[in-house]
Amino acid sequence: MSLLELKDVSKIYGPLKALDKVNLKVEEGEWVAIMGPSGSGKSTMMNIISCLDKPTEGQVLLDGVDIANESSKKLTEIRRDKIGLIFQQFHLVNYLTAVENVMVAQYYHSMPDEKEALAALERVGLKDRARHLPSQLSGGEQQRVCIARALINHPEIVLADEPTGNLDEANENIVLDIFRQLHEEGTTLIVVTHDPEVGEVAERTVVLNYGKISKEIINENFGKEINN
Amino acid sequence: MSKRKMFFHMITASLMRRRSRMFVALLAIAVGATILSGLTTIYYDVPKQMGEQFRNYGANMIFVASAESEGLTMSDVEDALKEIPDEQKVGISPYRYETLSVNEQPVIIAGTDLEETKKTSPYWYVDGAWPEDNGQILVGKEMAATLSLNVGDALTITYSQAAMENPDQPEDVDRSLNEDAVNIEYTVSGILDTGGTEESYIFMSLADMGALTKEDEKIDVVELSISASGEELDGYVKNISKKVPQITPRLVKRVTQSETTVLTKLQSLVLLVTIVVLLLMMICVATTMMAVVTERRKEIGLRKALGASNKSIVREFMGEAMLLGGSGGLIGSILGFVFAQLVSMNVFNSTITFRPLLIPITIVAAVLVTALASLIPVRNATEVDPAIVLKGE
Repeated sequence: MSLLELKDVSKIYGPLKALDKVNLKVEEGEWVAIMGPSGSGKSTMMNIISCLDKPTEGQVLLDGVDIANESSKKLTEIRRDKIGLIFQQFHLVNYLTAVENVMVAQYYHSMPDEKEALAALERVGLKDRARHLPSQLSGGEQQRVCIARALINHPEIVLADEPTGNLDEANENIVLDIFRQLHEEGTTLIVVTHDPEVGEVAERTVVLNYGKISKEIINENFGKEINN
Repeated sequence: MSKRKMFFHMITASLMRRRSRMFVALLAIAVGATILSGLTTIYYDVPKQMGEQFRNYGANMIFVASAESEGLTMSDVEDALKEIPDEQKVGISPYRYETLSVNEQPVIIAGTDLEETKKTSPYWYVDGAWPEDNGQILVGKEMAATLSLNVGDALTITYSQAAMENPDQPEDVDRSLNEDAVNIEYTVSGILDTGGTEESYIFMSLADMGALTKEDEKIDVVELSISASGEELDGYVKNISKKVPQITPRLVKRVTQSETTVLTKLQSLVLLVTIVVLLLMMICVATTMMAVVTERRKEIGLRKALGASNKSIVREFMGEAMLLGGSGGLIGSILGFVFAQLVSMNVFNSTITFRPLLIPITIVAAVLVTALASLIPVRNATEVDPAIVLKGE
C-alpha cells in the first residue's frame, strides 16, 4: 500500500479545472518533485495533499484512509500529526526566536520541548542562531528554521512548496543537502518546484500541465549533488 | 517549557511586538476603566456627599407625638433614635414651644438644644453669637425689631402657670403680677436671621426653658437631620411608627423629595456617561483588534497550517485581548480612584472612601468589555483560510 495515493482527483473552480482526474502514488520514503508551469495545478495539488483544501472529486488516500471528505477539524488533526510543511516564504512568526518558532509546531502537536527544538535546529546547522529573531536571520537561515519546524513532530510526509524559490545558490544547495539527508533517513518528501535543477535531484519528477500529469520522469541525477 | 508557559510567552511577545498599536488600545481600555471606576465610586459616594450637602437645607425628618400619646418624652425619642444608625445622625433638635410674655406682650419662646440646632439648621445666620451659657438667648430678627432689642440687651421673660391655664386672659393684663409668675432676665447673645418663621421667635436652651416653666420633660417636636437616602428614610419612618407608637415620624417632603430627585438625575447621568465611555472603549478595542487580525492573517494561516484548531486561535487572540483588558483595568481602577477623588474634592469639597472591591470589579469589567469587543475580530481570525494566505508569490 502506498503512503499517499490520489485517485481521479479533480479540483474545479467554476469553469476552471485546476486539477483534472489526477492519479498519483507516493511510496513511503520516496522523494518526489512536482513540476510544471504557473497555473498548471501544482499549488492546488499541494494544498490538497497537505489537507489545506479538499478535492471536488476523487479520493486522496493517506495511509489508506480517504481524507477527501473529512471535516475541517479532522483535516487539521491530520495536518498536525502527519504532515510537515515547508514554504517558499518561510512564514516564521516574526516576534518569536528561531527555537520558539520550532516550538510553536510542538505546541499545537503535543508539548513544547526546548531541547528537542534545539536539536532540530542543530540538525539544520542553526543551533548557534537559535535565540535570534527571524529578522536577524538570512533567507537561507529562515528556510532552515522552517525545515526544522516541519521536521520537529516527525511527520509521515514533508511537503515543500518552492523551498528554494527565495534562496541564492549557496543556500539552495544547503537546503537540498538537508533534503538528501532526510531522504536517506527514510523521510517521504514531496517538493513542488519550477526549478529544473531542484526537480532533477528528486527520485522522481511528476510534470503537471493544465491540471493533468503530462509526464513522470525517473531521474538519472537522483542522489547526485548539484555542482555549479 | 510547559504548554501554559508557551501560551503566555506567545501572547505577551505578540503584544510587545505591536506595542505602539497595543498602547493605543491599552490607553482606550485604561481611560474607559478609569471612567468606569471613577464614576462608580462617585455613583456610590454621591448620595453620601449630596446628603451632606442637603443637610445644609435643614431637617429632613420630624418627630411629633402620636394622636394616642399624651406628648413626646425624651425617653420615647431615645427609643426611636435607636432605629437610625449613629453615623447617619447629623443633628437631633428637640423643640418645646411656649407662649410667654415679654413686657406684657405674648411671645413664642422655643426651647431647644442649641448645639444640635446648629447642625440641623446650618443655614441660620446669627448676628452676634450663639448662646453659650444659661441665661443667654437668640432673638429672631422680626421679634428683635418688635421689641427693639440689640445684641447684649437684657430681656425679662415672664412665665405664669395661671396665665397658661387661662389663655383667655386679656393681653393688656400684666402677667408678671400673677401670684405664680416667674420673671427671669436673659441676655440677647445674637439676632437670628433665617428668612423664615423662626425670625418671630425667641430661642433659649431647654435647661433655661425648664427653669422658667419648672417643667423639664415636655417636648413638642423633634427635628432630625439624617444623612440617608429617601428609601432609607422611608424605612426608618416605618420602623419607628411600628416600634415606638407614641411617636409619629414624618419626612420633610420638600427636602427629601428634592434630594431624591437630584440624586436620581445625577446617578442617571453618571450611568449614561459610563455606558457611552464603555461603548467608545469597545469601538476602539474592536477596531484595534480588527487591524491586528488583518495584519496577522499570514501568521494565523501559518498557525492553522501547523495544526492549530479554531479553538486555539480563539484562545490566543482572546488571551491577548483579556491580558490587555486586565492591564487596562488595573491601571484604570487606580486612576479611577484618583479621578473620583479630584471630582469629589472640587465639587463636594470632601474626600471619598477608597473601595478596594472596586479594583477586581473594574478589572473583571474591563476584561469582559475587551473580550466582547474582540468577538467579531476573533471570529474573523478563525475564518482565515491558510491555503489562500500562505500562497507563494
